[in-house]
Amino acid sequence: MSKLADVLQKNESELLNDWIGEQVASGRRRDLISDTELRSQSGELLHSIGEAARSGNVTDISRSEWSGVRERLSEISSARAKQGFNSSETATFVFSLKQPVFKRLRSELGKDPDALFAEVWNASTLIDKLGLVTTDAFLKAKEQLISKQAEEMLELSTPVVKLWQGIVAIPLIGTLDSNRTQIVMESLLSTIVATNSKIAIIDITGVPAVDTLVAQHLLKTITAAKLMGAECILSGIRPQIAQTIVHLGINLTDVITKASLADALALALQKTGRTVVKTDRANQKSDDKSAADNKDNAEKKGA
Amino acid sequence: MTTLKSESVPLQSSSDVVSLRQKVRAWTSELKFSLVDQTKMITASSELARNAVGHGGGGVCLMEIVTNGSRDGLRLTFEDHGPGIPDIQQALKDGYSTAGGMGLGLSGSKRLVNEFQIASKPGEGTKVTVIRWK
Amino acid sequence: MERIPILRMGNFLLVTIQVDMHDQLALTLQDDLTSAISKNSARGVLIDISSLEIVDSFIGRMLANISAMARILDSQTVLVGMQPAVAITLVELGMAMPGVRTALNVEAGMELLRELVSANRLETGDDDSEV
Repeated sequence: MSKLADVLQKNESELLNDWIGEQVASGRRRDLISDTELRSQSGELLHSIGEAARSGNVTDISRSEWSGVRERLSEISSARAKQGFNSSETATFVFSLKQPVFKRLRSELGKDPDALFAEVWNASTLIDKLGLVTTDAFLKAKEQLISKQAEEMLELSTPVVKLWQGIVAIPLIGTLDSNRTQIVMESLLSTIVATNSKIAIIDITGVPAVDTLVAQHLLKTITAAKLMGAECILSGIRPQIAQTIVHLGINLTDVITKASLADALALALQKTGRTVVKTDRANQKSDDKSAADNKDNAEKKGA
Repeated sequence: MTTLKSESVPLQSSSDVVSLRQKVRAWTSELKFSLVDQTKMITASSELARNAVGHGGGGVCLMEIVTNGSRDGLRLTFEDHGPGIPDIQQALKDGYSTAGGMGLGLSGSKRLVNEFQIASKPGEGTKVTVIRWK
Repeated sequence: MERIPILRMGNFLLVTIQVDMHDQLALTLQDDLTSAISKNSARGVLIDISSLEIVDSFIGRMLANISAMARILDSQTVLVGMQPAVAITLVELGMAMPGVRTALNVEAGMELLRELVSANRLETGDDDSEV
């Protein structure tokens, strides 16, 4: 059995204490992880490293003997990523194991420089490899976190709101890329069905620029809605965007456009057979009731 | 690209086209494609299967679940030994052909998938391969 | 032979397509509908495709054909209940289906049919009041 495995096995608890000592010395984040948790994580990891080393293989960690250690490292690393540690802090967790191990090796093999060198080399290489596994897992976890956040932001920024009975609106904000526009499209169409809305207002006041691709996507959405039996009104087109649309030769002749969301709403109400009646402020109280009655009547007539 | 699963489906009649649709639905569902992506792939397979049956005099569709290392996808290869397509570029242009022919089938399917390849020799047959990635 | 049932509702015909149709079934429906329109002097046809999960170019053409044939027979057609995924796919496929009227659901479809039929009547000066 390699001397390294021997050393790990014989001095496990001392090694653990030393290791924790090293971690504390290199700056441990008490705000992110408690002492007890750190101790138990380190202890379990050290124990599984010792077990894996006992297999005789201390060089090739891709083999099955080390799969338990790799898994544990991945878990710890992912957790660290989510907890807010940075990558050096996470890698240092592993690298700080070197000093304690070297110390033990020297006391066991001090008299035999060749053997000492060989084992120190093995130990160093092993811990480096474990460090790399940790960093890889950390990066992967961070990437997953970022893409999840991106997804959530995407969902948040494309809400479909019901403006009135049978009228929905989707105020688009920010830049529209292919991916986002697809989500917008599906979201709008399924909301149209769910709310039984004959009219959908797509408001692009918050969209800074429109290129051919975006325009095509919007047109596809409008065509799809029409196929389903709903009509779309495009509103909030800024003067610059109007210019771009003409320059690009995009054909909007089949699309109803309105300068503002307010105009679009007025048109939508009209199309669904409703009128908005202004009441006389002075006689507000008594007129409230008659206004409400008028509204009811108007709706009954037209809806 | 590695193939994880494959099945060959005969396309000889219009009911075979329906069977293929159902199989493609099952496989895309298994791969957890979104509803829209499922619909697009099933529709594309219907178009291409119909071409194979109607114009190709019958053929076969090889269904494969493939992976390119990071993504999984569904690959469908339609093969027939019919008259072939004399002018592929023309066939890929949108529009109905007067013989009530392929019309939008070929060009339309191309837009419904991520990867599209076609090879055809007049007198020998046609082979169309499409892939939709997850 | 299996057929898709056609229901009569006053002056209108109602068809609900629920199965994944193979070509023959679709063609049979086309025939059956045009015969039914003629036989019943139907003024309107409502086709409910809310259960259809796939509409490819063949089915799309069939639906457009039915609409055109019905018009020739002096009948209005409204297609209802197209699923969003189907609509998105048809647009991507390039199927415009011009001349085909659509509505969100059966209720909206019936309302539209009534409007279309009475508008048509005003043009032709018919005095048939049963709707």
